[in-house]
Amino acid sequence: MIRTPLRPLARILRARTEGENPDVIERENIQMRHEEMRDRARRRAEGRLLVLGVMFFFAFGLIGSRMAVLAKSEPAEPRASAAGVAILAQRADIVDRKGRILATNFDTYSLYAQPQQMVDPERAVAELIKIFPDLNAKRLLEDFTGKRKFLWIKKKISPEQNQAVYDIGEPGLLFGPREMRLYPNGKLAAHVLGGAGFGREGVQSAEVVGVAGIEKYFDARLRDPAQGHKPLTLSLDLSVQAATERVLYGGMKLMNAKGAAAVLMDVKTGEILSIASLPDFDPNERPHSAAKGDPADNPLFNRAVQGVYELGSTFKIFAVAQAMELELITAETMIDTRGPLKQDGFKIKDFRNYGPQLSASDVIVKSSNVGTARIAKMIGAQRQQGFLKSLGFFDPTPLEIVEAKGGRPLLPDRWTELSTMTVSYGHGLATSPLHLAVGYAAIANGGYRVTPTLLQGGTPQPGPRVMSEAVAATARTMLRKVVTKGTARLGEVQGYAVAGKTGTADKPKPTGGYYEDKVIATFASFFPAYDPKYVLIVSLDEPVETSGSEPRRTAGWTAVPVAAEIIRRVAPLLGLRPEIEPAQLADITLTAN
Amino acid sequence: MRSLFYLFSALVVIVLAFWAYRENYETQAAQDHAEDLQDEIALARQRLRALNAEWAYLNRPDRLLELTELNYDKLGLQPLQHYQFGRVNQVAFPPEKAADVPLVIENSVEVSTMETRP
Repeated sequence: MIRTPLRPLARILRARTEGENPDVIERENIQMRHEEMRDRARRRAEGRLLVLGVMFFFAFGLIGSRMAVLAKSEPAEPRASAAGVAILAQRADIVDRKGRILATNFDTYSLYAQPQQMVDPERAVAELIKIFPDLNAKRLLEDFTGKRKFLWIKKKISPEQNQAVYDIGEPGLLFGPREMRLYPNGKLAAHVLGGAGFGREGVQSAEVVGVAGIEKYFDARLRDPAQGHKPLTLSLDLSVQAATERVLYGGMKLMNAKGAAAVLMDVKTGEILSIASLPDFDPNERPHSAAKGDPADNPLFNRAVQGVYELGSTFKIFAVAQAMELELITAETMIDTRGPLKQDGFKIKDFRNYGPQLSASDVIVKSSNVGTARIAKMIGAQRQQGFLKSLGFFDPTPLEIVEAKGGRPLLPDRWTELSTMTVSYGHGLATSPLHLAVGYAAIANGGYRVTPTLLQGGTPQPGPRVMSEAVAATARTMLRKVVTKGTARLGEVQGYAVAGKTGTADKPKPTGGYYEDKVIATFASFFPAYDPKYVLIVSLDEPVETSGSEPRRTAGWTAVPVAAEIIRRVAPLLGLRPEIEPAQLADITLTAN
Repeated sequence: MRSLFYLFSALVVIVLAFWAYRENYETQAAQDHAEDLQDEIALARQRLRALNAEWAYLNRPDRLLELTELNYDKLGLQPLQHYQFGRVNQVAFPPEKAADVPLVIENSVEVSTMETRP
């Protein structure tokens, strides 16, 4: 860069000779230099502005074009994150306590038609009728040739049927994928599982919803996609349930009963190992609930949970246990059993005359109504209600099926002294067999109330104590005697020391009063008596045993042998080792000399 | 010196651009592969579900009972009974050499555990 001097010598000398001020020349040069510097600075600033402008232009241009691309393009799901969800989004399985499948899903197809695409409707109808004989040919042809644009033909078809329909080759017959609920064991545990149906339906999919039983109770849990891969584990045992149902069915037929129910429950945890109600149904093809007739005759009716019956003498042990708990009596206290006992114009009688008095223990063993009624009178209405309430006899059972709410016990309108006496031997208070199982579990487990459950819990959850350990033990001894020398002698099973109480209650007429020849026979039992593990309730509806000279209806002849057979079959399956009962030491009283 | 720096920068940009391009395509390929695998898993699970359902159906108690009845001559299967429980010390020692004699439970009724209970 050439630097211009501020005071060029030539011009200074000339100016001096001409008498001018040489400082003017210097100032002029300084001004020129400043102007030059200013121009340079401006040019540079302008250049920078231009670069910045271009940069901003491109940046905004890029953002704008990206926005335009986004606005124009089709929406698409992000790729990596959405995978996996679709695989698991299905209804969870239901399995038994050992993981064997009770309910699962099966992929199948639904069949629908779009008549306007049909080539040969007549032939399609003829071929369809061959595959599905239950279809109405005339109506189908009307639909196919009419104005309809869409119709469902079958909600679910099997793979074979799918192939057969495909082979017709009719373009108007179309398939939609369906996930159906499958109960591979058929009728097994039908009342617990309930059944499932389709909720909202589209061509490509349909939601499966539970319509009854545990499917409906846990519908939200089973449909939750986050838990779709975790099966719902029930406390039921498939083989025990199958054996129970089979024996119960045989017993029901043999005893000419019209219905039967059985509950097998763990006495400590309240887990239900098997629960059966006959007649039953196939949850794969759940029948429509019949509106007419007695609801109790409907196969959908769950006798074990919904059916509230007066369960008769099985209740006597509760009166005796409570009286012992209140220290009103002991097992040896003599009770006046002279009958008939008159109360409020009503006569309480025994099945046969048991003499003037019996010990409290023998009142249970011989099943004396009069004796129990006298004990109940000692207890009084107030305390009796409190005790029965603490055992759960006043509320529906909290079982995890939707039908359980329907099993609300029927209580006397006014709890008079007569009610107290009749309830003590199981009349006037109607409960379900499951209620009774909870009551007997309290005696069997040493005095704790348990909560019946269908879910596998694992750890024992003792509820509130309802009676002392000693009272429960005495009650167990009494109930064991019922089987060894009382009304339930047919209930003895070698190696399993069954204890229990029979109950035969006359069925109430719908019009009022009781039938003479229709009874509910119940056997409430637990085993093994010296260390109870399981409680079993068997109830038969209108049984008649006809092998003898005259028909026998009492529970000792009907429900007891069925229960014994169930225990014989089921106890080995439960892994219970048969044992010789320990010698009875309770009769020897140690006294100080 | 300066021009060398410019040249080096340009080279780095080219290398990085090439690397990014390759990574992009590798990622897409991996995603495609993952999707294929997911589809395969879904199919396998569906098949597994169908097989499980079929297994459960074939093993339903009714069918097994029918089969035991049909094959009673050959198998002689019966419901488990209480007398089939034994104790280890009831199993006889195997005879010295006769290996073909099956193990037998002797005295199968004697199963009291009286001493273990009060």
